[in-house]
Amino acid sequence: MADSENRIEVSHVTHEFHGAALRATGGKLVAVNDVSFSLTDSPPQIVNLVGQSGSGKSTLARIILGLQKPTRGSVTFNGKDVYRLGGRDKEEYLRSVQPVFQDPYGIFNPFYKVDRVLWKAIKKFHLAKGRSDGLEVIERSLRAVDLRPEDVLGRYPHQLSGGQRQRVMLARVHMLQPRFIIADEPVSMLDAAVRVLFLNILIDFRDKYGMTTLFITHDLSTSYYVGGDIMVMHKGGIVESGKVDDVLVNPEHPYTRMLLSSVPVPDPDARWKDRAQVVLAEEEEELVVDKPDIEAPNP
Amino acid sequence: MAVRQQALEDNKSAAGTPLLDVRDLRVYYNTVSGVSRAVDGVDLSVRRGEILGIAGESGSGKSTLTTALLRLTKPPGFIAGGSIIFHSRDGELVDLMKVSEAQMRSYRWRNLSYLPQGSMNSLNPVMRISDQFEDVIRAHSDRSTQEIRDIVPELLRQVGLEPHVAKMYPHELSGGMKQRVIIAMAVALNSDLVVADEPTTALDVHIQRVVIQTLGALRDNFGMTVILVTHDMAVHAELADRVAVMYAGSIVEVGDVRQIFKDPKHPYTKGLIGSIPRIGGERRRLSGIQGNTPSPTNWPSGCRFHPRCPYVMDVCPREVPRLLPIRDGQARQKPLVACHLYTEVQAESGGRDGGQ
Repeated sequence: MADSENRIEVSHVTHEFHGAALRATGGKLVAVNDVSFSLTDSPPQIVNLVGQSGSGKSTLARIILGLQKPTRGSVTFNGKDVYRLGGRDKEEYLRSVQPVFQDPYGIFNPFYKVDRVLWKAIKKFHLAKGRSDGLEVIERSLRAVDLRPEDVLGRYPHQLSGGQRQRVMLARVHMLQPRFIIADEPVSMLDAAVRVLFLNILIDFRDKYGMTTLFITHDLSTSYYVGGDIMVMHKGGIVESGKVDDVLVNPEHPYTRMLLSSVPVPDPDARWKDRAQVVLAEEEEELVVDKPDIEAPNP
Repeated sequence: MAVRQQALEDNKSAAGTPLLDVRDLRVYYNTVSGVSRAVDGVDLSVRRGEILGIAGESGSGKSTLTTALLRLTKPPGFIAGGSIIFHSRDGELVDLMKVSEAQMRSYRWRNLSYLPQGSMNSLNPVMRISDQFEDVIRAHSDRSTQEIRDIVPELLRQVGLEPHVAKMYPHELSGGMKQRVIIAMAVALNSDLVVADEPTTALDVHIQRVVIQTLGALRDNFGMTVILVTHDMAVHAELADRVAVMYAGSIVEVGDVRQIFKDPKHPYTKGLIGSIPRIGGERRRLSGIQGNTPSPTNWPSGCRFHPRCPYVMDVCPREVPRLLPIRDGQARQKPLVACHLYTEVQAESGGRDGGQ
């Protein structure tokens, strides 16, 4: 599987939501508007998708995962439309493209031990023969994400911290060895010290196992940390894309600049200079602010 | 308005004098698995006119601490001990732990305001903003209805909102606007202290910026004191004058914001600062902090950070380090650190300075 290229092709995807609640905007909301890009695992890469809430990032993730059929456009996996897969192709797709979601609390059924999430994956995708073999697979994967099996197995979800739960999901990813990870805001509910551990694992998955990640986040500093490519999404469309080192250091689109200038810099010497005056701008308006001084990365 | 102006002037001239002194505060919860000691021995001093940041990971006790500061702890939580001395504007000292509930209520809003986590959800959904102002202001001051109606547009303007917001209902406002309405209520009563618990969490980035700037303006324009509680270190860097770092229910380091970011002393603070990714510059692998937050029902013995600490020594599991000032060449204010790495130095400098 790893020797040939795998490719997810998103072409001209548009998604509209309809409903009475959207009357104010004419009965429909265009969450994703004519988006095209592709993800490939040769070479493996991390592709960042950034934007504010409501920009359509999560809808796009759901469309790629096969959870929400787009209104127009198509998503193909190795040339086949993911919404028309059957039998073996479907299974192959489900195994090759794995999600990691935002809320480490919502993903587990509170009535079952966390082991179940891992055993389910083993059964569904026939990863092991018999119980002892399965346990070995589980323990190996837990260690791969810096968890001690004895800290996690046999516990209920509420007994684990958010960071541990999110890493159990990564252990599941490790077991399945997918070609692609679709990670929708995976670190936004984690503390800083735990966050980098999670990001380091994603980077290792790329380097060690050749997995490609679509990393969805609103936090630009985590995008800069993982590097790779970046797409900036605004009101359903991609307004700017390129290498992280170019886009975040020399942003061209005003929206990207606005996002960058709104992020507080973790350095007390780099405070906003206009702090004393409260910004009176209407919140829907785009703030036009100066580009922050950012040092260019060393090549 | 003249009275108000006078009060604002008083606020500014009192800057730097003590406002709150928290000593050995302990807040516990009764749970099925035993007593959870969420806040366990917090010492903290707050000065008038400063923005004091409280940092720490989730589960470190930040929110429990802030609710206890205003005695808003609810069962199964209870305040197990300690004192909170409030220095009023006319120089009176009040132990908030000892006053009656009725007295405490009179201090809330008027002296101590609280913006709870997700405070935008604390507005009444079926009342117009102006009526909610009326409710709060009338309950905590002796202004007339007409007076209140007159000042509401001005209050809204001070937090960067249009006057017509007064006629709107909460659902018509964005999260950031609601957050600022609550901030305006604190301004209305000219509180001495505003305790803001995670004011920027769950807001979009550019709305976050507006809220951060509004809180900064509270201090810069009105001389208010702000306790800013957030896990987001970048917000502390942007806004705080001093930062107190909390770990496992107690304060492990307090220092000037520049010292905390540029020269952190406690190994936990070092780990925390070392885990913040930055945009720009060289890309290097950050180490994070290995291990997990300990459970408040069963804190580790001695220094609570010792199981995760890269500098752990023999003494660490045995003795609890005290929060003491350490000698630091450049800083005007000596940083306070609770760590055995500095115990000897502390004893030395403590001796020479007569204990400071």
